[in-house]
Amino acid sequence: MSAAARTDWRTRAQDWLPKLVLAPSLAVTLLFVYGFILFTVVLSFTGSRMLPRYDFVGFTNYAKLFALEHWWTAIGNIAIFATLYIGICTAIGLVLAIFLDQKIRGEGVLRPIYLYPMALSFIVTGTAWKWFLDPGIGLERTMHLWGWESFSFTWIKDSEMAIYTIVIAAVWQTSGFVMAMFLAGLRGIDNEILKAAQIDGASGFALYRRIVIPILRPAFLSAFVILFHLAIKSYDLVIALTGGGPGRATELPATFMYSYTFTRNQMGIGASSAVIMLMTIAAIMVPYLYAELKERR
Amino acid sequence: MAVASQDNAVQTGRAARVFVYLVLLLFALFYLLPLYVMGVNSVKPLEEITGGRMMSLPETFTLAPWASAWSTAQIGVEPTGLRPYFINSLLMVVPAVAISTVIGALNGYVLTKWRFRGDTIIFALMLFGCFIPFQIVLIPMALVLGKLGLAGSVPGLVLVHVVYGIGFTTLYYRNYYAAFPTELVRAAMIDGAGFFQIFWRIMLPVSGPITVVSVIWQFTNIWNDFLFGASFGGTSQPMTVALNNLVQSSTGVKEYNVHFAGAILAALPTLIVYVVAGRYFVRGLMAGSVKG
Repeated sequence: MSAAARTDWRTRAQDWLPKLVLAPSLAVTLLFVYGFILFTVVLSFTGSRMLPRYDFVGFTNYAKLFALEHWWTAIGNIAIFATLYIGICTAIGLVLAIFLDQKIRGEGVLRPIYLYPMALSFIVTGTAWKWFLDPGIGLERTMHLWGWESFSFTWIKDSEMAIYTIVIAAVWQTSGFVMAMFLAGLRGIDNEILKAAQIDGASGFALYRRIVIPILRPAFLSAFVILFHLAIKSYDLVIALTGGGPGRATELPATFMYSYTFTRNQMGIGASSAVIMLMTIAAIMVPYLYAELKERR
Repeated sequence: MAVASQDNAVQTGRAARVFVYLVLLLFALFYLLPLYVMGVNSVKPLEEITGGRMMSLPETFTLAPWASAWSTAQIGVEPTGLRPYFINSLLMVVPAVAISTVIGALNGYVLTKWRFRGDTIIFALMLFGCFIPFQIVLIPMALVLGKLGLAGSVPGLVLVHVVYGIGFTTLYYRNYYAAFPTELVRAAMIDGAGFFQIFWRIMLPVSGPITVVSVIWQFTNIWNDFLFGASFGGTSQPMTVALNNLVQSSTGVKEYNVHFAGAILAALPTLIVYVVAGRYFVRGLMAGSVKG
């Protein structure tokens, strides 16, 4: 029966075709993500300098890394940056979302204004803010011309304060996006819950604190995860805004890795810093993705 | 916006409402200020900027900084302007977006409508790949691109962006197709429709909204990428790297007006995409990937 044989062949083809379609993506992921991770981990245990070498040196690179003052500067900076960036973006995003949700006239105009910075590259953002914050021509100079002679804003030239200028620019870029996430959460809340709470006498601030914000917990979690991984990956903004300076005052792990690997020819140390970065992100992302995927099944 | 304004507003007094509007307007100013500053200063002669009047409208209006940024400004060592880099970026972004979106759609289709043992693990592996710090792949990627003969070329950058983009596109299509009734796919199978027929006739016609999301996301990310462009761009550097070279150049007078014109040129494609299709993007993003 040739017809039956053909159907049988077709059925079997339908069975492996989906897997065949998915196979290249899986292969590419295994090679370019996991293979490459493995390779970098291996390199971090070798004495590689300008080019990869396979002379294993144990944890020497990690020991060297954590003895470097630059690395500790980078760690200190990422701690300051990530904390403020995540905290301020979340606060601004939440306030703007709640305020926009008060039947605001012109919401349709305001929302895109809050959101557009997210469409720009960090290089553009950095260029704009670098100039705006430059005391010689930017904000400080303008204030002087407007008659406020004692106004001083020199953070970008000050190695103690320069990291905060990166926070300002990064918050400018991302807080509108966080607003959109919270706004979507707010709009998804069942009206009946709010009405019931209002009948029970909760109003204004208390209503938000006791009812609305707890309901928004998933939005908080998503915002945190997205902001956290953006913070660890931050590279372009520092390059464009301060170039890691003044001196090395605004070095982050991402810029540290790049300069040690490609400029200073310390590939082993660069690789070990990349491994530390990956582990930091994995510590947050793996449990989050696990919970998300398990829940959806 | 799909999420229509609801009756969530809390009864508030007049003073409170004024406060709310005031805060919202102040933030609107905060977000608009850098764009305004870049805009007005890109059409001023340099003397007006160094004079310090950054907030004022130009006294003499000139498009010379734009012309210079586009075709004659010094980028690195060559006085080529940003034009060749703009073209590099276009040549890189179009194929990279198209390929990664098609692959993402097929993957999402398989992962939701042709499920098999272990498919969630495969998806999880791909998804984690979206969030890795790319520093972890820079060194091996440089070696592999060199081995393939793709180092410093546009095809090399396309490959890199496709490889690290399919995780996101797969995520979008998977979440979107998951909400599509599987019964329809089953019915088509019983009627004898094959794998690609079902994809073509049933899934693709409903994929408009998520395709908008995927294309905008990929376009924005790839156009705005700096790390891969700076690491693997070689002689085919994209726009972001060229802009950075223009702005950071330490030789000669800093032509701020040219820098701003260049920055706006670099931002223009994503801004246009955002203005034209941003609403659909936010709508789709909220419905799809970000639970909240």
